[in-house]
Amino acid sequence: MAITNNKLLDSHYQSNFADIHPAFESKEAALIEANRCLFCYDAPCTKSCPTSINIPKFIKQITTDNVKGSAHTIFESNIMGAGCSRVCPVEKLCEGSCVFNLMDDAPIPIARLQRFSTEKAMEKKWKLFERKPSMGKKVAVVGAGPAGLSCAHVLAREGVDVTIHEKESKGGGLMTYGIAAYKVTPEFCEEEVAYIASVGGIKIKYGQELGVSMTLDELQKNYNAVYLGIGVGVARRLEIPGEELDGVVDAIQFIYDIRTNPYPSIAVGDRVAVIGMGMTAIDAATQAKRLGAKNVTLVYRRTQEEMPCTETELNLAKLDGCVIQWLAAPHEILGEKGKVKQLVCKIMKLGPPDSGGRRSPIETKDKVSIDVDMVIKAAGQIPFEELIKKSGLQNKSGKIIIDKNGATNLKGVFAGGDSVNGGKEVVDAVQAGKEGAVGILNYLKTNF
Amino acid sequence: MADITANFLGIKSPNPFWLASAPPTDKKVNVLRAFEAGWGGVVWKTLGSQVKNVSSRYSAMDYNGTRVMGFNNIELISDRPLDLNLREIAECVKLFPDRAMVVSLMADNTREKWHELIAQVEDTGAHGLELNFGCPHGMTERGMGAAVGQDPEIARMVVGWVMEKARIPVITKLTPNVHSVVPTGRAAVEAGSNALSLINTIQSVTGIDLDTLVPNPNVAGKSVFGGYCGPAVKPIALKMLATLAQDPITSKVPVSGIGGISTWKDAVEFILLGASNVQVCTAVMKNGFRIVEDMCEGLNNWMDDKGFKTLDDFVGRSVPNLTHWEDLDINYHIVARINPDKCVHCGLCYIACEDASHQSIRIEQGKPYNNYTIKEEECVGCNLCKLVCPVENCITMVEQRKGDEYLNWKEFQRRGLPLNDH
Ligand SMILES: Cc1cc2nc3c(=O)[nH]c(=O)nc-3n(C[C@H](O)[C@H](O)[C@H](O)COP(=O)(O)OP(=O)(O)OC[C@H]3O[C@@H](n4cnc5c(N)ncnc54)[C@H](O)[C@@H]3O)c2cc1C
Ligand SMILES: Cc1cc2nc3c(=O)[nH]c(=O)nc-3n(C[C@H](O)[C@H](O)[C@H](O)COP(=O)(O)O)c2cc1C
Ligand code: SF4
Repeated sequence: MAITNNKLLDSHYQSNFADIHPAFESKEAALIEANRCLFCYDAPCTKSCPTSINIPKFIKQITTDNVKGSAHTIFESNIMGAGCSRVCPVEKLCEGSCVFNLMDDAPIPIARLQRFSTEKAMEKKWKLFERKPSMGKKVAVVGAGPAGLSCAHVLAREGVDVTIHEKESKGGGLMTYGIAAYKVTPEFCEEEVAYIASVGGIKIKYGQELGVSMTLDELQKNYNAVYLGIGVGVARRLEIPGEELDGVVDAIQFIYDIRTNPYPSIAVGDRVAVIGMGMTAIDAATQAKRLGAKNVTLVYRRTQEEMPCTETELNLAKLDGCVIQWLAAPHEILGEKGKVKQLVCKIMKLGPPDSGGRRSPIETKDKVSIDVDMVIKAAGQIPFEELIKKSGLQNKSGKIIIDKNGATNLKGVFAGGDSVNGGKEVVDAVQAGKEGAVGILNYLKTNF
Repeated sequence: MADITANFLGIKSPNPFWLASAPPTDKKVNVLRAFEAGWGGVVWKTLGSQVKNVSSRYSAMDYNGTRVMGFNNIELISDRPLDLNLREIAECVKLFPDRAMVVSLMADNTREKWHELIAQVEDTGAHGLELNFGCPHGMTERGMGAAVGQDPEIARMVVGWVMEKARIPVITKLTPNVHSVVPTGRAAVEAGSNALSLINTIQSVTGIDLDTLVPNPNVAGKSVFGGYCGPAVKPIALKMLATLAQDPITSKVPVSGIGGISTWKDAVEFILLGASNVQVCTAVMKNGFRIVEDMCEGLNNWMDDKGFKTLDDFVGRSVPNLTHWEDLDINYHIVARINPDKCVHCGLCYIACEDASHQSIRIEQGKPYNNYTIKEEECVGCNLCKLVCPVENCITMVEQRKGDEYLNWKEFQRRGLPLNDH
């Protein structure tokens, strides 16, 4: 068998893609955990949240039956607090620094408590923010991903009239099109975008692609300021022979298809190799497995010490039955009748640490071959270099360069999120959006 | 193995744990189950003229997710027919002759009514009487319960009537709804009461329903002050108990300690402040009779560890360790010390000392963990940081005397020594 769809029964698809971080089943269950929270001062969890949510406060508010206040505390710092509660790699963020870890006790399930409050807010459609009267200033935001939405929300609250230009037909960015399907559903993403926009003063225009539907120049002319939250594009090319064979796919495209089509319609191989060891690689590997692949091997150039994903994510892949091939770099892909047949890797060893302290892999003479019928490339994403260069934006290999106010080299053009940092987490993009909004507000104040 | 049998006024029980007069002791079925579970004795739910109860009757104070830190009730004395109670008491005494059976009484306010009730109860074979001078609600309005306990002269009179008639030992149960329990305690002892017990419940409002705005418990949209008990009242009960132990008259009789006792540790504390045995209500209402198992085992193990052979070895042992403020040693000085290996960087000590004590903790910012150290020269040794620290023995208080000799406040003043300058 090769790459086919419809490998499983409907019920299997359903259980394979069920929520991996289920909500608390009851208020009591949430309270037991909320009451464990020590209410730390200058709390390590808050300091480990890129958006600095006042975590002890929002948890305390759950215990005092002030769930509305709790949701407000969360959204005030992170307007995607609901989505973040499902997708954040909390083991390396807030929960990772919970002081209970130092007592060899389970950390407070911060994300789950955050989900408890934010879910309630979205379900009840609580209006937690009041938009100030329109100040008659217009800002264009490009990209309705986490960075763009977060920036738009801050601006709208302050009375700016915001228009978001989004090339896809839905908002949410990679939240909707990239993150693993067992973390967030398309329905949730849609509700989240609607909830954010419900503050007023935010118009989202779908099917509007910068560089195609309009130019940056035009936006600069028609608006008082522009915010670019366009993220990054497809997966990096491997630059090895055989990359064009049938069965070699881009992880981002593969996941995009999963997120936009019914599970049974997604084709997946029987023996899949996934190249990379980041969040995207893990998501591609686990979802390939959950779609019915028999063997999935993650191939990584370095060792567990250097891997970009967290231990929790690695365990997720292992629990799904994925195999890890450490210290192997793709060398060539062999095919038969135009279809992938084998992935040949060079065995690596670790050299001395580089300037950043990370040990670089060095090729050895040994090789390893893996029989596969599908290769998923997930070795990092590449920025929209062409568009960025064409627009005259200063950049570093396609990553937009901004100053401390979030401003680019072009007057009135700001940027943030993956398009600047090259690809981090949703929560980083949300923070970038907030910072960009502050920069824009100051810019509007001094220039208009 | 230590001997935990108790002898209270000649009333023997296999352990010092009695059930206080309340719903757990109001009928044969539960009292038999209590004895089977191992309780040393019971004080039968108060008898008197039959009354009628309302619904609802209870409310509670929860704290940080812990249910029933404090408990409140607006129940009256037994609402069952007197002859039924008397018959069941007699049956229980027969079935469990080794357990203490004390009957709580609250007769109408005449000598005859008291005499009549005492005679009826003595016929059951009960071992003792407890006079309920403490119930703070419902009965006071009728001139009974706390109304008697709050006026030493009325108490003296009623105890006098009782002692004319009673042939079995009499315990007078005191109300805490007074500024001091000593005057009524003295009056009871002077009138002949063989022993005292305390505390009954404390008048309270546990809370208000924030939807209906009706205080708890809600009886058709209205409420009344209830009687408060459970863990929250233990410190108050201990203090009142200690004042009886310190008084030359009340200290002459044995005391049965009551109020917030849930564990063997609580019980030991009551005994250390002068109680000869203890009574329990709320803890059983929350968790059932089974809690007595650990109470017995824990008491036994503690006594073995301390080398105490019988309860008498430590009754009242801590009383001499309570003194007057003026006699405390001003030269004694302790300072906090944080063990950096145990510290989990929660910052609770810091913010407590900073906002509410002596700004004596140093903060060294870190990401994500701050470090905290004590400014020993500033620390006044108040204990606050240690109390709020979530890690056992992370903060310890280290002795750094200001002088070798014992120096009390009076002497300090006499010598004209300097006061704080900050
Ligand atoms: C497979 C995968 C899994 C991930 N899993 C997680 C996870 O579990 N947890 C987590 O926190 N993060 C995860 N991330 C990272 C996270 O999704 C991103 O960091 C985050 O979405 C970045 O937000 P952004 O707004 O900067 O960009 P994006 O989310 O990429 O949003 C950019 C938006 O701009 C639009 N756009 C792009 N170009 C144009 C244009 N020319 N004109 C108009 N619109 C345009 C896009 O359609 C998109 O809507 C994952 C990423 C990937 C790829
Ligand atoms: C529901 C309830 C009913 C009570 N009824 C009586 C009573 O009839 N007579 C009495 O002397 N004390 C009564 N009490 C008081 C208890 O005997 C006891 O003194 C008090 O609850 C403190 O002890 P605790 O903290 O262990 O509950 C009652 C207490 C409760 C909770
Ligand atoms: S003992 Fe009191 S004064 Fe001293 S450090 Fe602790 S809280 Fe501050």
